[in-house]
Amino acid sequence: MEESSGNMRSSEPTAAMKKVREKTAKKRSKEEEEEEEEQIFNFKDKPAGKEEEDEDLSDSEESVFSGLEDSGSDSEEDEKESDDNDDDDDDDVTAVESKQPKQTEEEEEKEEVVGGVTEREEEEKKEDEYEHDSSDEEDIRNTVGNIPMEWYKDFPHIGYNLDGKKIFKPIRNKDELDDFLDKMENPDYWRTVHDKQTGSDIVLSDEQVELVNRLQKGQFGDVNFNEYQPSVEFFSSDVMIHPVTNRPADKRSFIPSLIEKEKVSKLVHAIKMGWIKPRRVEDDTRGRFYDLWAGEDSSILGRHKMHLPAPKIPLPGHQESYNPPPEYLFTEEELALWEQQDASDRKLPFVPVKFSSLRQVPAFSRFIHERFERCLDLYLCPRQRKMRVNVNPEDLIPKLPKPKDLQPFPTTQSLVYRGHSGLVRSISVSPSGQWLASGSDDGSVRFWEVCSSRCMKTVQVGGAVKSVAWNPNPSVCLLAVALESVVLILSPSLADRQVVQSSERLLSGQPEADTSDAAGPVIWSDTEGEELNQGIRLKIQHPKAVHQVAWHAKGDYLASVMPDHSSHLQVLIHQLSRRRSQNPFRKNKGLVQCVSFHPVRPYFFVATQRSVRIYNLVKQEMTKKLQANSKWISSMAVHPGGDHVICGSYDCRLSWFDLDLSTKPYKMLRHHKKAVRGAAYHRSYPLFASASDDGSVIVCHGTVYNDLMQNPLIVPVKVLRGHVITHDLGVLDVTFHPTQPWVFSSGADATIRLFT
Amino acid sequence: MGGLQKKKYERGSVTNYITRNKARKKLRLSLPDFRRLCILKGIYPHEPKHKKKVNKGSTAPRTFYLIKDIRFLLHEPIVGKFRDYKVFVRKLKKAYGKTEWSAVERLRENKPTYKLDHIIKERYPSFIDALRDIDDALCMCFLFSTFARTGKCHVQTIQLCRRLTVEWMNYVVAARALRKVFISIKGIYYQAEVMGQLITWLVPYQFSHDHPTDVDYRVMATFTELYTTLLGFINFRLYHSLNLLYPPKLDSKAECELKEENEEDYALNSECYLEKLSALSASLARMVSSAEEEEAQLDQFPDEMSTNLGKREQKEQEAQKKLFDGLKFFLNREVPRESLAFVIRCFGGEVSWDKSVCIGSTYEVTEETITHHIVDRPNASTQYINRYYIQPQWVYDCINAKIVLPVEDYFLGVTLPPHLSPFVEEKEGDYMPPEKVKIMALQRGEKPAQEQEDEEEEDEDEDEEEEEDDNDDEEEDEEEDEEESEEKNLKKMEKQRSQVKVTPGKMKVENPERLEQEEKAEEKRLAIMMMKKKEKYLYDKIMFGKKRKIREANKLTAKRKAHDDAEKANKKKTRK
Repeated sequence: MEESSGNMRSSEPTAAMKKVREKTAKKRSKEEEEEEEEQIFNFKDKPAGKEEEDEDLSDSEESVFSGLEDSGSDSEEDEKESDDNDDDDDDDVTAVESKQPKQTEEEEEKEEVVGGVTEREEEEKKEDEYEHDSSDEEDIRNTVGNIPMEWYKDFPHIGYNLDGKKIFKPIRNKDELDDFLDKMENPDYWRTVHDKQTGSDIVLSDEQVELVNRLQKGQFGDVNFNEYQPSVEFFSSDVMIHPVTNRPADKRSFIPSLIEKEKVSKLVHAIKMGWIKPRRVEDDTRGRFYDLWAGEDSSILGRHKMHLPAPKIPLPGHQESYNPPPEYLFTEEELALWEQQDASDRKLPFVPVKFSSLRQVPAFSRFIHERFERCLDLYLCPRQRKMRVNVNPEDLIPKLPKPKDLQPFPTTQSLVYRGHSGLVRSISVSPSGQWLASGSDDGSVRFWEVCSSRCMKTVQVGGAVKSVAWNPNPSVCLLAVALESVVLILSPSLADRQVVQSSERLLSGQPEADTSDAAGPVIWSDTEGEELNQGIRLKIQHPKAVHQVAWHAKGDYLASVMPDHSSHLQVLIHQLSRRRSQNPFRKNKGLVQCVSFHPVRPYFFVATQRSVRIYNLVKQEMTKKLQANSKWISSMAVHPGGDHVICGSYDCRLSWFDLDLSTKPYKMLRHHKKAVRGAAYHRSYPLFASASDDGSVIVCHGTVYNDLMQNPLIVPVKVLRGHVITHDLGVLDVTFHPTQPWVFSSGADATIRLFT
Repeated sequence: MGGLQKKKYERGSVTNYITRNKARKKLRLSLPDFRRLCILKGIYPHEPKHKKKVNKGSTAPRTFYLIKDIRFLLHEPIVGKFRDYKVFVRKLKKAYGKTEWSAVERLRENKPTYKLDHIIKERYPSFIDALRDIDDALCMCFLFSTFARTGKCHVQTIQLCRRLTVEWMNYVVAARALRKVFISIKGIYYQAEVMGQLITWLVPYQFSHDHPTDVDYRVMATFTELYTTLLGFINFRLYHSLNLLYPPKLDSKAECELKEENEEDYALNSECYLEKLSALSASLARMVSSAEEEEAQLDQFPDEMSTNLGKREQKEQEAQKKLFDGLKFFLNREVPRESLAFVIRCFGGEVSWDKSVCIGSTYEVTEETITHHIVDRPNASTQYINRYYIQPQWVYDCINAKIVLPVEDYFLGVTLPPHLSPFVEEKEGDYMPPEKVKIMALQRGEKPAQEQEDEEEEDEDEDEEEEEDDNDDEEEDEEEDEEESEEKNLKKMEKQRSQVKVTPGKMKVENPERLEQEEKAEEKRLAIMMMKKKEKYLYDKIMFGKKRKIREANKLTAKRKAHDDAEKANKKKTRK
């Protein structure tokens, strides 16, 4: 084998045909012969390749110049070769012998060619521009090659034949006339072709003309060639006993393959390592069931602490029936509404339909949708445990003592006091409980007898009365009236003489010398003439409009309120006996809404817009500030005990403060629908009332205990209605009778009502 | 005061929750795999109480899972299987790309599979837990078993679903566990009581589905995968609890009867047995002889009946179970065979159908002993004398009423009475359709009276016909009388039904009483004023709901009345 490979290397440049031949020769492996051959190769080392090429070329040329040269030789050779191969196995020697002479013949041929080739090579070397030229289609009649023939036009010859002799041009050159004559006279002119290479005219034979015709028609050149001869199928479905080729089996087919061995060992290794798993045994365990809960244990239950089982699908009602009762079917409006509604807003996800028999019921088109939505709910919907409120609504209502047990309190409207022509802003009851004073927007103050509802006296004060307040001291009979920027002190003389005299005495007290210094803008003045006759005794002129007046319990001090955002002069305290006024505050702490004195102790309550401040008048400091938790306080009342305060506000609330408890309201009462205008405590009974723009007065029971640990008990006991709402205003003021459980209310409908 | 200040969202409820994306990243699963895992393991998002806190101050909508749940998923062996599958798909793709067919084949043979047994056991530690959750499983399996065997899902799944549902129905028949049936426009609802659990499922009508495009069948298939496993184990256990063989075998006697020559006309050999089972006409084979078992049951009876109330219920149930005992039904070919056969067999009736409809028919139309022939067409061509020809609704109504109803209303061509839902239990104040009232009267055995009344009504109607022109006033009076009597009946019924009674306010004759009432009302109003804000809100809500309920009931009554009036008017017109 090595040797052969060595030979192959040496004969590299030889062509394929040669190789095959060599191989067959070498298989016989006789050294001498090999040597011989090698010699031969060495001998014509270089040209050998060329020769071979030539040989091949001649093959190809055959087709071009058909019939010009004997083409039989090569095919014969091939045949011989194949014969050789066949015989190879039988006896080597004879084959070698037969080979020998053939080679010599070949050599001869080759030598003939050599000369011409070399010449041509030289030419090519001279003229580099023809490098691309191949000598494939060389003419052997004229050896000049494929050159423009004009080059020879000045020479007498036209080239050289194979033997190197000059080929001479035909003696007479044809001119056009000759050509024409020839054309007219020569019957073979149409088949005459001028050969440029040899310069001679060739008359084509009949066969050649025929060939040309055939080629022009696109047929095969060979007449005898049958295009449609039956094809022989070598590789068909029929199994033949004999092989198609007689080629003996290769040696490798007898030797175990190395590559396969490698592959197998790889697989073995992979199986050993577990990379390839053996074919799985087919087991259909999916449909095989067993007693899964054979040994029940609750050990896994621990994880389920947070588990929320999915709620079941709600069960269908009558509407879903295929034949529902007629009342469950949609009317046209209901159907229209259903179609308009968004799918999520609909009460029913389907339209109830009635079918007269079961066979008419069609498939439900959204069935798969609904199942799918349920699936989505199960795995996508966040779950949350919601405690369902399962309470009886009656249990929610607080258990309160019955109002019946909390009597007495006013229950019915018993008297109506008519006479005013404007809305009645303020009312006040005399400490004796016999008289009622009211101030109205019509500019009058009226005095009524409580029991008979008779108007005893009317005082025209000449301006809308904002506030009236009866002096709480029973030993005097005085009324403070606030209108515009004046506070009037009236002595209505509706009491017995002693009382009137004592009040006169109070009014005629000595004015102090330095009043003007204490409160500059306030002017005290006595009245005269007509006003005096009407009972107006004193006029206290304020710098600004006065909104409210409030008496101290002893009846000597009087507080007036002049609400103003920008000034610290909002509250003034007047001492009646000394006709002295003073401004207790140096700073503006917000818009003052109302003020009140503590019934027993020297405290002063000032309600600003959102809070109530409590000042100690003796120490001259603020002791407490109550946060009302409402937007705008409208009114305030202090419990006769002094420890509790109620505040009404324009945002419908009434807040109860327990001063001992906190500065925050102990209770917020949202009883009214509209703004609370007034609030009042009863002086002796545990009652308080609130008046509102919704036209109602709500009376509540509010027991206050001495025990500090016990919170006040607040129970609404009665809603009193009667006032007519005019101009969006209902009840404006409310006040209690000092001794009886009666309540007075004044409203925007110009009436005052008494509820007993 | 010492110690590091903790950051804002690192303690408290935040630590209990994890968002979905984070959970997915933690598990290193793709979204479809995560979804599948959640479905199989029953993990669902939780809604935190304070969403904003958990969401770190953001109000963006996010789904939260309990972090404990996700941690629990970390150790799930199925997650590994998911990854194996992913690798398998990748390898397969590669082999395809390289056109290595042998490798493809080998890979396909080793396709990773997983079993859900341990998941079922884990999710439902006890059998009762599993039973409680079986509603959805049954609905889904019944739906899948009606799918065509092309596309959408694997044929094996459909076959398995069919097998399991047939097994379930056979169990219900054997245990006589069915309680209620309801024909709705969506399908047929069944309710069975198994081991004290009420199980409701919905079976679609037997039509081919037009599959919607906006439904993700992968999700449904995953659910079905879980549900088939669950249902299989439950069936196994239930069959064993009744001493039945599992997988179910027909009784040997019945099997002989059902053996016919032309078996192969119906189905392939492989499916023949399932078909026979699904025919539901034969009883199942037991592991021990049935006589022994019944004896044992008899022994148990006296012990169970301890309380009086229980006794009555027990009796009722027993009676319901034997509702159709001794009755022989024949189904015409246009009625839904499976549903009716199932229902009738559940209550002890015998049922058969035309031989060409389905395998498993037991007797012919010509059989003399047939008592009821169920027909769903306006008239039958050939009628046998000694049997009732009725519409299918009768069967369902009987079951819901728990008594054998009079057949007159259900004859062929007759307008059927409304089919009521048995799942609605009217509380006091709710609207009750008059048909329900009638049925309740029948249940209490007031049958004759009612009938008489009906007859009277008819008579009266006839009278009306005659005297219509003369005395309209009388007629009205009569009608009023009727109504009054009905009202009385109603009252009586209500009294009997519940001891708590609402007496309608007496006439305003006695002043003091009324005063008292007013006083009470006012007291209440005042007390309501004193309610706290929160309670007031709740109270208002409850009262609003109550009022709405009353309003709806009133609306229904009004509608019904209008309808009845219209009917009556129509009747008169036609008579004229």
